[in-house]
Amino acid sequence: MNHPLNHPLNQPTYKIEARDLNIFYGQKQALNGISMSIERNRVTALIGPSGCGKSTFLRALNRMNDLIDGVRVEGAVTVDGRNIYAPGTDVVELRKNVGMIFQKSNPFPKSIYENVAYGPRINGLRDAKTLDEIVEKSLRQAALWEEVKNDLAKSGLSLSGGQQQRLCIARALAVSPEVLLMDEPASALDPLATAKIEELIHVLKQQYTIVIVTHNMQQAARVSDKTAFFYIGELIEFNDTHVLFTTPGKKQTEDYITGRFG
Amino acid sequence: MKTRDRLLIRVAAVASIASAFAIIGAVFIIMGDIVAGGAGYVTWEFLTGDPTDGMTAGGVFPAIFGTFMLVLIMSIGGIPIGTITAIYLAEYAHQGSRLARLIRFAVTSLAGVPAIVFGLFGLGFFVQFVGSGMDGILSGDGKLVWGQPNILWASLTMALLTLPVVIVSVEEAIKAVPRELREASLALGATKWQTIRKVVLPNAVTGIMTGGILAVSRGAGEVAPILFTGAAYFLPKLPTSLSDQFMELGYHVYIMSTQSPDVEATMGIQYATTLVLLMLTFGLNFSAIFLRYRIRRRTLS
Amino acid sequence: MTSSRKRAHIADVIARKVITVVAATSFAVIVLVFAFVFREAVPFFFPADSAPAADLAAGGAQESYGDVQETYGSDPSSPPGSSATGLESGIAGEEAGVTDLMKTRWEPVSEVPKFGLLPLIIGSFKVSLIAVLLAAPLAIFAALYTSTIAPRWAKEIMKPTIEILAGFPSVVIGFFALITLATFFQETFGFEYRLNAFVGGAALALAVLPIIYTLTEDALSTVPKSFTEASLALGASRWQTALFVVLPAATPGVYASVLLGIGRAFGETMIVLMATGNAALLSPDLFVPVRTMSATIGAEMAEVVFGDTHYNILFLIGALLFLFTFALNAFAEFVVRKQLMKKFGGAG
Repeated sequence: MNHPLNHPLNQPTYKIEARDLNIFYGQKQALNGISMSIERNRVTALIGPSGCGKSTFLRALNRMNDLIDGVRVEGAVTVDGRNIYAPGTDVVELRKNVGMIFQKSNPFPKSIYENVAYGPRINGLRDAKTLDEIVEKSLRQAALWEEVKNDLAKSGLSLSGGQQQRLCIARALAVSPEVLLMDEPASALDPLATAKIEELIHVLKQQYTIVIVTHNMQQAARVSDKTAFFYIGELIEFNDTHVLFTTPGKKQTEDYITGRFG
Repeated sequence: MKTRDRLLIRVAAVASIASAFAIIGAVFIIMGDIVAGGAGYVTWEFLTGDPTDGMTAGGVFPAIFGTFMLVLIMSIGGIPIGTITAIYLAEYAHQGSRLARLIRFAVTSLAGVPAIVFGLFGLGFFVQFVGSGMDGILSGDGKLVWGQPNILWASLTMALLTLPVVIVSVEEAIKAVPRELREASLALGATKWQTIRKVVLPNAVTGIMTGGILAVSRGAGEVAPILFTGAAYFLPKLPTSLSDQFMELGYHVYIMSTQSPDVEATMGIQYATTLVLLMLTFGLNFSAIFLRYRIRRRTLS
Repeated sequence: MTSSRKRAHIADVIARKVITVVAATSFAVIVLVFAFVFREAVPFFFPADSAPAADLAAGGAQESYGDVQETYGSDPSSPPGSSATGLESGIAGEEAGVTDLMKTRWEPVSEVPKFGLLPLIIGSFKVSLIAVLLAAPLAIFAALYTSTIAPRWAKEIMKPTIEILAGFPSVVIGFFALITLATFFQETFGFEYRLNAFVGGAALALAVLPIIYTLTEDALSTVPKSFTEASLALGASRWQTALFVVLPAATPGVYASVLLGIGRAFGETMIVLMATGNAALLSPDLFVPVRTMSATIGAEMAEVVFGDTHYNILFLIGALLFLFTFALNAFAEFVVRKQLMKKFGGAG
């Protein structure tokens, strides 16, 4: 934590940068020459019709695409100035630093406590008191503490959909990431739960850099500082959110946000 | 509709329904026969006592004990290897990698080898090659200790025979663990092995147990592989070391029913032993099916 | 934090390596089975190798299984002493010719041992064919019934019944055949021999039924529902659809199930040991005793002398059995798969 690279003045301007990123699934090209810079402590939204590559791009940022057989990546993605696709990169470490929340919440079939404590435990943390502290802190940050504090031994699966998603957020926060990647985090939730998640994002961005994929344009407009519009594997436009939504530069962007195509 | 077709259909209809009933009937007849013939003789003394009067009276405890030891050693040998192989196939094997295809081919082939051939392998490899080799190294005076049929070689032979059963069941159990749980663990920065150990395997335990139970059921029922790798008919004492021979339920039934000098006197024992073996395998299979049903229900909920 | 991370990383690497190696052993096992069964059969073709066995005969410790502890005689035709007779003439190499295998008498322990495999091979085929001819129609028709016509609950009864049948140890089926089935046939049909190929085949049919039923049922279920719907929409009855649309579409799978049933019957040992009468007779009559290849190994191996010609030939029989079932399984899988591709490959 005291590493010179962590000093505010020594850090690269952007938290994450993609440089000419191309991703192939076998013969099919999913991403075409994406170059983009993501600012720290901001919320960046990725929008676009289904199949446009926004989820692929998101998963490229923590190398979860590696799990797919036959995937090929060209170009670079740097986090804090270091290319995460360079040979010898510690992918496991990367994923601690760049956390992910999935579209369908996936808590482990364990207790609420054990779900949140899972991350710290696999990093070797054994001390019960420290674990207790981390669990409480993470659940507070995820705005879930008040609702579950009386029964942390309850199964994570017994919570409502919205609570489960916040549990997954708490679980991700417990390993102290610097970036949070969210893949349509509220798409399976009702409006009330969605509102809670959006509120949470607003609070979290003070501490974390957030990249969120969403098919809900209103959500993107509400929640994000910058928005990127993807279409068939290409980055069409990337700008401050209110600019992109009111005065889009490209016709395709305008067509999409006015609903001319899905 | 042509008349020929109409006739064909009528015949087929009758044949089909008759077949279904015939099969169900056959199962009931067999079970009924065994139960009727043996139920009266299966007493506590029968299950815990030794054979007496030159095998014409008494109990079958040594055979039960031998069967138990056989499947125990078989499980210790076979279940870990089978589980690990299944983990490889489910978690580490890449689509169409040469090694994965070879292993799957090997598993399918093993599953198709006749039980008696396993017995031959047990004889030619374990008894002759490994056993004699061990004797050569351990006891220089040419005494035969391990180069003979015994419970160790019989159990290992049986372990190989049941290996495909374990592998298939465990692989199915591991694959049933939802992908999202693995992704969640990996996304938190866990290594693959940590994910397997802490998320995948704990959730596949019931399936692993099912595989183990099916293997044990198979091991208790097959007789051909142990005919000449270690089973014996009349032993004065229970096996106390791995190099001892052993009595076994299925083998007992075979020998008694084909070579007993006094068929009348031993009929009850024969039926009772068969009944015990049947109940054993039946109970094991039933628990495996029950477990599998529980898993399927849980996965769907 | 770093040290535990490092430990986790090392553990991960080691785990992958160990798991891969252990998994590869199952491939090693099948190779070993192949190798060692053949290893003990090969000496038959090269009598020069029988020199060490001659030493055994000459003097020292005769390794004869069944002599170790008091084992009950396992075959009426070979008390331990007679092995010596067989050994002497065997070692001389007189009987060690391949042509001897093709003779028609299997008398390995007589004064002049005869190792003709023909009765055994014919015996295996006889019993297997009887078993499949009895089991296949029953299984296929039952599967047709439960997977196309019958109401849902029929399948719920049939499937567990088949599983129970499949769960019977073969020694139990053999026992049932030996004691009850044989008597039943004797009283109903009055065979000359109580235990014969037919009785054995009938018992074997019980063991083969589950395989044919299960695979046929699978094949019938995988016929696309669209075929059934199209047929019914054209006004065909359920039986017409089942017989003339679904069953023909499932033919490759049904063939495979029968082939695999034959393979299973061929390799079965306990049932034939107990129910066929165990006499190596070469005859077209279905109602006389037979000896199958598997039963021969099962009955005689325990009394044979290690390294003896008889011993080698028993392994040779095992090798033949192995090859035959292997080839049958491979054939069933590849050819059937090709046929399936042809039938359904193009369709959507």
